[in-house]
Amino acid sequence: MHTVVRSATKELVIGPDQPFCIIGERINPTGRPKFQEELRAGNLARVEEDVRAQVAGGAMMLDVNMGVPLADEAELLARAVKLVQSMTDLPLCIDSSVVEALDAGLAAYEGKALVNSVTGEQDRLDAILPLVKRYGAAVIALPNEEDEIPEDPRKRLEITKKIVGVATEKYGIPIEDIIIDPLAMPVGANHEYGKLTMEAISLIRDEFDLNTTLGAGNVSFGMPGRHTLGSTFLTMAMHAGLTTAIMDARTPQMVDAIKAADLMMGNDPWGANWISAFRAKQKAQAEAEAAAAAAAQPTT
Amino acid sequence: MNGQDILKALYDETLVGNAPRVLELTAQGLESGLGPDALLFEALIPSLEEVGARFERGDFFVPEMLIAGRAMSGALDVLRPLLADTGAETVGTFLMGTVKGDVHDIGKNLVNIMLEGAGFQVIDLGVQVSPEKFIAAIEEHKPDIVGFSAFLTTTMPMFKANMNALEKAGLRDKVIVMVGGAPVTQEYADAVGADGYAADASTAVRRAKDLIARKRAAAVPA
Repeated sequence: MHTVVRSATKELVIGPDQPFCIIGERINPTGRPKFQEELRAGNLARVEEDVRAQVAGGAMMLDVNMGVPLADEAELLARAVKLVQSMTDLPLCIDSSVVEALDAGLAAYEGKALVNSVTGEQDRLDAILPLVKRYGAAVIALPNEEDEIPEDPRKRLEITKKIVGVATEKYGIPIEDIIIDPLAMPVGANHEYGKLTMEAISLIRDEFDLNTTLGAGNVSFGMPGRHTLGSTFLTMAMHAGLTTAIMDARTPQMVDAIKAADLMMGNDPWGANWISAFRAKQKAQAEAEAAAAAAAQPTT
Repeated sequence: MNGQDILKALYDETLVGNAPRVLELTAQGLESGLGPDALLFEALIPSLEEVGARFERGDFFVPEMLIAGRAMSGALDVLRPLLADTGAETVGTFLMGTVKGDVHDIGKNLVNIMLEGAGFQVIDLGVQVSPEKFIAAIEEHKPDIVGFSAFLTTTMPMFKANMNALEKAGLRDKVIVMVGGAPVTQEYADAVGADGYAADASTAVRRAKDLIARKRAAAVPA
């Protein structure tokens, strides 16, 4: 199934026969006290830095979150969306659990956005899905409900079924505009979580053919060698059916692993993306060496 | 093994999270005449302190902390009734939960381990705990401290909702409130009217002890 998102000028197709969609996650003040302070003062300079870094790292979409405690999140999110769209033509993922903030972010956005996210409780579905419908957006849905994240992949499939039912039948959202985040839990907390997450991805693919996404950083939380764990998990999850991930695009090890997996899965015709990425790296390296040599040359 | 050997072995096996061995050594220690307080204060608690210190230095990782905590919990189940019999004053009771809307529990669980490791009795309500559930549990268990955990900026506002529920239930003065979680700051803790905040697990333990000591001192008429 194809999920199509758009900026004002660029269209991006997410699907199992497409290159894996890297959603850059860094435009988010969570856990960054300095960034939060700046945002509260209305200073969005760091957003620009983050956008540049994520785009340079290979992000194909950008997640924008302005969840700052004790601040007007709706106003900040609307401003951030406009700012990011003035800098890049990548489509955006508008990220908040505050309904007013989502509304303001979507109103400010030009194109077809992805909303991050809705959970399975009826009141959340009834608050967020009408917005998704009104703005013609796509939406990430998390199969968890009050009281629990179900560990059993079948239970996650069940909640997925409920969400899909409500979204399509009650709110008339096209099924292809629903992306499921099957919830990647940290293997540091339970060594079976990686396996269970991959089972959930496969079940959702086999039953609904839906696109799936997840926060790629979660799985390695609290463990050493996080990039190795993250890239291994992502490539395995891709084989299980994962088609996009929300991740920090500044980690070349993970981005490279994804690009290699694209080729292995038959989604990089003639290896053209892989080869051009290799050439770009070669060129950057040659330029860096030339610059170093020029700097070492005594000036006369 | 003499008493010292048993204490040393108990310390070492707790450190590596060998739960079956910790249980055996606890039983062996009691048989050999060691008191439950000796096993707790001279082996289990120092071992968990070392686990916490290694974790904070980055030498230990989450699974290692979890298995050490599990090993200690097994021993505590055996020792707790014996300790109650000796009439030793408990460090305190800590009621803990992740706020409604939030399912993150690793940080909370690590704090629980460190609290238990320091001798607290911990009652964990789990994740997605509603204000009503917190209130009911406070009425039932009468803890010294209640801890609200939140991992998301979007769920932090539940601290305030919980505080309001405490006020409404007339419980605000009956219990010390601590808050914590990745996005939480001292500033935010102050803004919601919490009594205490800590940025990491071992600071949380110190802060909890300190708050209880102050409350107990204030309760004693001069």
